[in-house]
Amino acid sequence: MAIHSVYIISKSGGMIFNYDHNFPKVETEKSFTFPVDIKVELRNKKMVVVFGQRDGICIGQTLLSVNGTPVIVDKMETGQDVLEYLNEPANFPLSLRFGRTRMTTNEKMFLGSMFYPLYAISSQISPEPHSSGIQILEAETFKLYCLQTLTGIKFIVISDPKFQGMDVVLRKIYEIYADYVLKNPFYSLEMPIRCELFNENLKLLLEMVEKTGITNV
Amino acid sequence: MTIHNLYIFDRQGTLVYYGEWNRKKPGTMSREEEGKLVYGMLFSLRSFLDKISPLDMNDNSFLYRTTKYKMNYWESPTGVKFLMNTDLNAPNIKELLRTIYQQVFVEYVVKNPVLAIGAYIDSELFIQKLDELIKSSLSYTSKV
Repeated sequence: MAIHSVYIISKSGGMIFNYDHNFPKVETEKSFTFPVDIKVELRNKKMVVVFGQRDGICIGQTLLSVNGTPVIVDKMETGQDVLEYLNEPANFPLSLRFGRTRMTTNEKMFLGSMFYPLYAISSQISPEPHSSGIQILEAETFKLYCLQTLTGIKFIVISDPKFQGMDVVLRKIYEIYADYVLKNPFYSLEMPIRCELFNENLKLLLEMVEKTGITNV
Repeated sequence: MTIHNLYIFDRQGTLVYYGEWNRKKPGTMSREEEGKLVYGMLFSLRSFLDKISPLDMNDNSFLYRTTKYKMNYWESPTGVKFLMNTDLNAPNIKELLRTIYQQVFVEYVVKNPVLAIGAYIDSELFIQKLDELIKSSLSYTSKV
């Protein structure tokens, strides 16, 4: 019953709030001999696995460290190029750590804003008249729930796929938003939400839902 | 239950087939234009899912629901993409899409030497077999 993250998207499509609640950490460390049978490539300022999925190291994961020294973009902390280092037989055996990286705030804003057109198109291509946009998006590893309020603000929650009855939780988040954000005299509409009380109450709600389910909401 | 429509895209993203069974809201644009719009949405959705997913994904299918319909997506390992819109209660559409790929697409498109790769599928046999399969599926016939 894990809830992974909460996003709020404003009427104009910008992300105004995000909170990572219970984000699973995926990391694998393994020792390798020369030559490394996993191919990594520089993509989007990360060394990303592009071929050779095995032992929990999946395509799309990032090379995090070499022999315990963190990798920054395509260099090791010592300033040495990672690919050059991996192509040097004398450096072996060595241990590499791979994992899914957390999104940076920039990437989250990008994704948050990307949801807005998806929501709009899904309602436009509907085969039935008067359809809303995406309400539940289900994939193998997670479920995304979206509540669009009458005023156009979208509340998005990402949880694990087994979660049931998220609409109640979304309404409760809306209620907390109305109480602690809209009634805050220092908050201006459409701007990022920085309200201490909102954060606290949201956190309390999510913790309660994870512990006791939605019955008490 | 009903099946509304089906889009098939090839690995380049061109619309190679569009079938319609119970579409109540007519499209406002031409078939090509709509194909591009739908593919654009699919492409963004896939990269969105990849990035936002908390764990690694191995499955090449997903679905979304709105208040009125359910969109089901399945992609073959070769990149042929199937998108089927159904009503909200239709079960196991992923299996149906796999069956369409296995029993209709491979048999009557891939094994048809006259059809050019990437061109719109106008084979009568394919259209007929697809129609038969859809109309015999549980999601189409069941009245619940």
